[in-house]
Amino acid sequence: MAKKPIEPFLWGLFSAGGVVAALLIPVHLFLFGLAFPLGWLTPPGYESLRALASHPLARIYLFVLCSFSLFHWAHRFRYTLYDGLQIKHLNEVITVFCYGGALAGTAAAGYLLWGLR
Amino acid sequence: MVQIAADALGCQVKPGGLSGTPSHTAYHPRWYRERVSTYWWLWKWRYLKFVLRELSSVPVAYFVTLTLVQVHALSDGPQAYADFQRWMTHPVFLTLNAISFLFVLFHTVTWFNLAPRAIVVRLRGKRVPEFLIAGSNYAAWLVISAAVAWLILRS
Repeated sequence: MAKKPIEPFLWGLFSAGGVVAALLIPVHLFLFGLAFPLGWLTPPGYESLRALASHPLARIYLFVLCSFSLFHWAHRFRYTLYDGLQIKHLNEVITVFCYGGALAGTAAAGYLLWGLR
Repeated sequence: MVQIAADALGCQVKPGGLSGTPSHTAYHPRWYRERVSTYWWLWKWRYLKFVLRELSSVPVAYFVTLTLVQVHALSDGPQAYADFQRWMTHPVFLTLNAISFLFVLFHTVTWFNLAPRAIVVRLRGKRVPEFLIAGSNYAAWLVISAAVAWLILRS
């Protein structure tokens, strides 16, 4: 594939998202996906969790977590499809699907977190 | 592949070829390339590990989706959030969460182990050893995870 000037920028997002995902996703997924549903730990109540999540800093934090992680996914998944499945003839479709998905997810995160009170 | 030269096609070729204006044939030699199986990565642990690492991006996207659904439920009210919590106890979600957690851990470990190769830090002209850079990444991970868990559990 020809080098495009946007490629380093996308790689930068991939890299930043990789750091965010590596540092933050395990603890979130462990708590909300396993420890609370399985009763290993007592989950916070609705009101207090809502108060915590709607704090401006928490909303910025969640926005960064979601958006950067999605761009990390987009870049890596794009190359997984290239390398793993040999479907190079679908380049355009894959690119639009991956980065378009990340953009849509970022917009959704912005909308949801903006409305969280 | 046999390259078909112009004279073999019966075209007029000037004697002393190179001295005249260079002419191009419409035929380009085609390189021989063996076709690689679509499943090339299945048969060697190193390759499989690479593909598993790359596939860890899918659980990352799953986590973001889950988090956005959770935020939506939080802003919808106590009933919606109770529903979200109930879904999370369903075996399908528990299985997905457990698999995703393992994949994300794999991403974290491979990412931190690769960090010293990506960032070469020099201190007083000497390269900081790899285990120190990877180690500081792991330390940061522990501290941040503890802080996030403390904030959530305390609330």
